[in-house]
Amino acid sequence: MRAVLGAGDTKLKVEQLSFYYGKNQALKDVSFEIPERRITAIIGPSGCGKSTLLRVFNRMYDLIPSARAGGKVLLDGEDVVTTRKLLELRQKVGMVFQRPSPFPMSIRDNVAFAPRLLGWSSSRVKEVVRQSLERAALWDEVNDRLEAPATSLSGGQQQRLAIARCLAVSPEVILMDEPCSALDPVATLKIEDLMAELMRDYTIVIVTHNMQQAARVSDYTAFMLMNPEGRYGELIEFAPTANLFNQPQDQRTEAYITGRFG
Amino acid sequence: MAAAVESTSAVIPPVRRVPDRFRTVTAAVAAVAPVILIVIVAILYQQAAPSIRHFGLGFLTGTEWNPVTDTFGALPAIFGTLSTALLSLVLAVPVGVAVAVVLAEQGQATLRGILGTGIELLAAIPSVVYGIWALYVLAPWSYQHLELPISDRLGFIGWLSQPGARSLFNASLVLAVMILPTLSAISREVIRAVPRGLKENAVALGATWWETTWRVILPSARAGIFGATILALGRALGETIAVTMVIGNRYAIPPSIFSPAYTLASVIANEFNEATGTLYPAALIELGLVLILVTLLVNIVALLLVRSTSREASRAA
Repeated sequence: MRAVLGAGDTKLKVEQLSFYYGKNQALKDVSFEIPERRITAIIGPSGCGKSTLLRVFNRMYDLIPSARAGGKVLLDGEDVVTTRKLLELRQKVGMVFQRPSPFPMSIRDNVAFAPRLLGWSSSRVKEVVRQSLERAALWDEVNDRLEAPATSLSGGQQQRLAIARCLAVSPEVILMDEPCSALDPVATLKIEDLMAELMRDYTIVIVTHNMQQAARVSDYTAFMLMNPEGRYGELIEFAPTANLFNQPQDQRTEAYITGRFG
Repeated sequence: MAAAVESTSAVIPPVRRVPDRFRTVTAAVAAVAPVILIVIVAILYQQAAPSIRHFGLGFLTGTEWNPVTDTFGALPAIFGTLSTALLSLVLAVPVGVAVAVVLAEQGQATLRGILGTGIELLAAIPSVVYGIWALYVLAPWSYQHLELPISDRLGFIGWLSQPGARSLFNASLVLAVMILPTLSAISREVIRAVPRGLKENAVALGATWWETTWRVILPSARAGIFGATILALGRALGETIAVTMVIGNRYAIPPSIFSPAYTLASVIANEFNEATGTLYPAALIELGLVLILVTLLVNIVALLLVRSTSREASRAA
């Protein structure tokens, strides 16, 4: 658990956010502020809507035809929920998923994927591929085989490749949806070290159901729970990680972190 | 090495194989298919023997087909079979894959269901009905709205000149419609099987729908789409009656895709009733033998190609 070095400015401001899959409400009235260049963890039991919340921040829910959101999520003052500049949003807000899903192409082409979509020159792309792999702590392991298929990498390497792929277009926010749940402890440790490194330049939001991980890596923690009557997810408590784990304000938070349920 | 083997065999007693009746029966049943194929080829070979002995390899390169003088050569029919099949693939694959991409999308499930079923029902139409439709509707329409405009503008290219309603092109067109359901139904399943994570990752990286489909989903589904194409090719090579009705049945290598031509299957279907003597029916049977061998050859080559691409894909996916 790291000490909070004074709160940064707000990067993402979530205001009265509600979310629906068809007629089912998945989130209700979620409000909190995610600080810049810090790691914010979202924890909670399965089905509490934490992944849904994360997927609002880069509008991934657009892939699901019946999904819609109400309320606001302000990224540097601009509303994510209503913006029409989706591609710009997704360049600013990168995402790393639970499963790394390397594209069926070479390591180099995977990292170059998004830069090439933006039409960057090949010399710039080459530079960016190197930088991104270095930042993702993968360069030393792959620099002699950039043309190899990305699937030849190990699980942990694939996840760092996914991070490099996401860093390639210089996002400001990185969303991570249980990035370590498919990894072994050593690979998990590498990703966690990497996150601490990346925090200097990026705002990181991580969804995890591993409380120890949240306690280890994050500066702020949001605890979510499914409302037993409405069956929608709601935010129970949001606080600096040390406070949330040591002096939870809500009984339900305390029950969860002491392992009495969930 | 030998010592190691010995020591293992000393520790682990050899597995005693129980006589397995199920295994014997299934193996016997499974062997029926290749045996039938071999028997068919053998019988065709035997029946075609007079022609094979008389013409030798020249049968494959001969271009004349004259029952009066007993001169038989298969080249125009081989050319017609291969070119209609390939041209129909060229026409049908882009459409079939595009249909598959649309059908594999999420949302509007009812509409997609209706569309998908509709296209699959195309496979249920008997080929003679396709033939009638092609003869009275498709071929005249294609002559007016495709062949004439194209040859008007590009007729200076030899193989796009001389438009006519009975043509190799129109035969390919009806073949394309006939193989479309195979192509799109299989491709749809293959595209649906692409891991969702790949699509999500591409979208999260700022790819548009088009970029996601073109750069990530289709490359992942490549091997399967290739497989669908081969199945379709098999049908296109062997299709007889619908092709016979619109291809024009002229026994010559056509100067243009808009000219009449002939296929192996069409020659057999048209002439078998009137074939008399020894050499004439033998030559027709040899055409059948050639058709089987061409189909086998194309399938083997295609299978090898699928294997190499799917190996590539499995290394990459």
